[in-house]
Amino acid sequence: MALSLKKKGRGNPSRATRRNATRTKKAAATEIVETADRKAGYKNQSWMDTDTVYLPNAEFAYDDKLGLPGEYPFTRGIHSNMYLGRLWTMRQFAGFGSASETNERFKYLLSHGETGLSVAFDYPTLYGYDTDDPHSEGEYGKCGVAVSSMEDMTALFNGIPLDRVSTSMTINGPASIIWAMYLGAAESRGFHKSMLRGTIQNDVLKEYIAQKSFIFPPAPSMRLVIDTFEYGMRNVPRWNTISISGYHIREAGSTAVQELAFTLADGFEYVRQGMERGMDPNLFVPQLSFFFNAHNDFFEEIAKYRAARRIWAREMKETFGLTNERALKLRFHTQTAGCTLTAEQPENNIVRVTMQAMAAVLGGTQSLHTNSLDEALALPTEKAVRTALRTQQVIAYESGIPNVVDPLGGSYYLEWLTDEMEERAYRIFDEIALYGGVIGAIEKGYFQKAITESAYRYQKDVDRRERIIVGVNEFTTDEPLDIPILRLDPKGRDKQIARLRKLRRTRDRAKYDAALDRLRKTAEGESNTMPAILDAVKANATLGEVTGVLREVFGEYREQRII
Amino acid sequence: MARKIRVLIAKPGLDGHDRGAKVVARALRDAGMEVIYTGLHQSPEMIVQTAMQEDVDAIGLSSLSGAHDVLFPRVMELVHKNKMKVLVTAGGIIPEEDVPTLKKCGIAAVFGPGTPIEDIVKFHKERLKAKH
Amino acid sequence: MNYSTLAKGTLKGDRKAAARLISVVEDEEEGYREAMKIVFCGTRGAGVLGITGAPGVGKSTLVFEIAKSFRKAGKSVGIVAVDPTSPLTGGAILGDRIRMTDLSADPGVFIRSMGSRGGTGGLSLQTSNVIRILDALGCDEIIVETVGAGQTQVDIMGMADTVVVVTMPGTGDEVQSIKAGLLEIADLYLVNKMDLPGAMNTASDLKSMLDLVDDWKGWKPPVLLASASTGRGLDQMLEFIGRHRAWISQPERFLERRSRQARKEIYDLVTMEVHRMIESKFPSVKLDAIVRDVVQGKLSPYEAAEKVAAFAIR
Repeated sequence: MALSLKKKGRGNPSRATRRNATRTKKAAATEIVETADRKAGYKNQSWMDTDTVYLPNAEFAYDDKLGLPGEYPFTRGIHSNMYLGRLWTMRQFAGFGSASETNERFKYLLSHGETGLSVAFDYPTLYGYDTDDPHSEGEYGKCGVAVSSMEDMTALFNGIPLDRVSTSMTINGPASIIWAMYLGAAESRGFHKSMLRGTIQNDVLKEYIAQKSFIFPPAPSMRLVIDTFEYGMRNVPRWNTISISGYHIREAGSTAVQELAFTLADGFEYVRQGMERGMDPNLFVPQLSFFFNAHNDFFEEIAKYRAARRIWAREMKETFGLTNERALKLRFHTQTAGCTLTAEQPENNIVRVTMQAMAAVLGGTQSLHTNSLDEALALPTEKAVRTALRTQQVIAYESGIPNVVDPLGGSYYLEWLTDEMEERAYRIFDEIALYGGVIGAIEKGYFQKAITESAYRYQKDVDRRERIIVGVNEFTTDEPLDIPILRLDPKGRDKQIARLRKLRRTRDRAKYDAALDRLRKTAEGESNTMPAILDAVKANATLGEVTGVLREVFGEYREQRII
Repeated sequence: MARKIRVLIAKPGLDGHDRGAKVVARALRDAGMEVIYTGLHQSPEMIVQTAMQEDVDAIGLSSLSGAHDVLFPRVMELVHKNKMKVLVTAGGIIPEEDVPTLKKCGIAAVFGPGTPIEDIVKFHKERLKAKH
Repeated sequence: MNYSTLAKGTLKGDRKAAARLISVVEDEEEGYREAMKIVFCGTRGAGVLGITGAPGVGKSTLVFEIAKSFRKAGKSVGIVAVDPTSPLTGGAILGDRIRMTDLSADPGVFIRSMGSRGGTGGLSLQTSNVIRILDALGCDEIIVETVGAGQTQVDIMGMADTVVVVTMPGTGDEVQSIKAGLLEIADLYLVNKMDLPGAMNTASDLKSMLDLVDDWKGWKPPVLLASASTGRGLDQMLEFIGRHRAWISQPERFLERRSRQARKEIYDLVTMEVHRMIESKFPSVKLDAIVRDVVQGKLSPYEAAEKVAAFAIR
């Protein structure tokens, strides 16, 4: 049923081949094995067994598994000329305090060569609460910018050419409301919807699985998501209406294989539900994008991106029957792994981020965020953010890596690892199918349990020093920290609340009432909610008010009990 | 029967990063303690009420969103107001320079990223030894 | 130790004292029995509802919803949630509160999580004691949540007026497990997560299982469907709980159930007392010798037991 996917190209022949290859390998590598006593302490992030050395495999089906860059199944990348055509988008996730403070940070980043914007919202915004809501206590402007109204959104992008810069917004539960505010703010400055480029994360499935900033139960949440697919397909064609995210699954403690499999399974679910709405997948699937983590194990990460592209292309073509080539190409954003940053010897983080960013580039990412060295300590300072951006620029302009398309393609080890990741992902798809698909597996706590198990296992490895974290459990020093910390404007919250209250006082009450009334009726019915949400935010309804109406109609989701 | 150490692991505020909290909860359980886990999105009032009803020996507060500066002292204020004898520790992303303030309001230890879980277990065992 | 201050505090509505006293009882600290005597005199006859079923069927959400409806009716609520203790480490993660967070700060609600702990088999007794403490504290309604039979072995029927056995649609194992141990204890069956496929089948399987019993002595357990997370079917369930309570409250029935419960508790207490006496008073050298005799075949286990029991009774 749900995930009974075709498995072309991964059948028994390749497994038999691998076994033969292993045997030859073993003979050739005896000497190396004997001297490699350090190996016992080394394992990749998915606890896979790896051989000491990898050798050519005469039966490797090149055309079937790789193809040329820019060609099906896109293992080697989605463009024939890759970064020779255009570099990846350097997109630093940023946001703190008020809209105008973050606006300054955006302009600072753009002036230093950033090529796309990425908005981090504060927790109240992520949960659909206004700054003055009691739930927002202590959270204003930390971890992101507070956006409670279209007015805030307008201030956030003040002076930024929205027709030329693409904007990514990390927002999920209230994604359609925040998106409506962006569309409304852009329109008021004369930018038509059809020219806007950007992404809303909008991936509610992974919220239940890992990130936990859910608001509504799965069914109405999925409806809101599919509403944005439909609206985007018709009105905002250059916008990615979702960024199906493995990043948070990984940060919550999953392995690389779990990240790969859970994320793609979510992707299949979105496609399926879109099709159930009656939309043509050839038209809406090209607007779906992905978001992966770049963790420490260099080759494992690269293999993960390549396997992801191959699986997606195969499934879209063979299981879902899509014919539009754009819909077969998995496009993704990457962020280096926040959970690998250490508070100890934070300068080491620059090196980690560099390696992780290289893996993302060698894996063919479309855009990239590099973390700042101080993020295990606090919000990043301007200088730390600049260094993170410079890291990407050094890779882009000095390392030579982007000068050749898929330079690692054909590496014996990497190709073996790519196949292995793919095979393991399919095993996980089968497990998910046993739970009745993604939603069933969420309800039964399958994902959450698997992630919690992996996280605990990893931590135990680290504590037993079976995994070395430089500066944490090995090569430690007692030096005091010398990292400056960003502090927020202590009056910021009061100012934001004053702005919000003024807005509520001065808006056109009749227009506001009518818009919220229409929204409620739409939510209770079955038609697309986007137009009503757009009306509401244009009538200066706040985020908390719009979400409040939807909370009343849809109810709220409570976390599963999985520890 | 030996007295059981009971610990409340709590997530104040809206932050959804529960990886650390859950890892610590499991480690304390594996050390033979009873761990009450609150789940996400707890207000200081909820946490202190829970600690009281569950009669815990210790509370572990976890936050990675930066809201610790407002929420943790508020928890301590309520702990003192209710005259509770309870060991309170904190974990998450907490800048070094915030630590003295937290300690001053009565938080016994702050466990930053990279703290071995064994240290956290040991800390609780030692500080709550009097119970046994 | 003298814990009568805690007991007296509990009777006066001191929540902190009650919480502390529960720990004393759970830890079976010397002197807890004396405190429980005081508590017993202060109980006011709270209604006790038992909710049981396998892990993952949605018991906590159900408890939360039921508690909310009691609160709406102006009643104060006590909740006792029992979770299994790891037999290897003796530790436990008690996470039932995750599904009940909205009640945490409500002054009309008192929630207590308990680990099953194992030990001397006194869990059922201790749970009864916790119920009494909450009753004496002033809770009008007490809800006890336990994991289904076989895992924590709380004799929920021995302490609740009404027992709801919760299950969910699935592979059919659920119904089998009910047959295996929960059949006799249910006053009401609830198939939760009714939106999942197979809910009707699970319900009709249960019904046909119940049809095999000839004589229900006036109350045949109804099989109900609900979805605790969306609220569907909950009103109906509450109505049936109310009906059962009215039925059970008829004087002769009430007396019968309470007598049975009291008889069982007395037996349990005596058994525990005998255990304690043997463990603390019977000379271990002598016990070791008896054990050795049994191992060497000089003495049958029956004769050995008689010898030891005779000591306890003397």
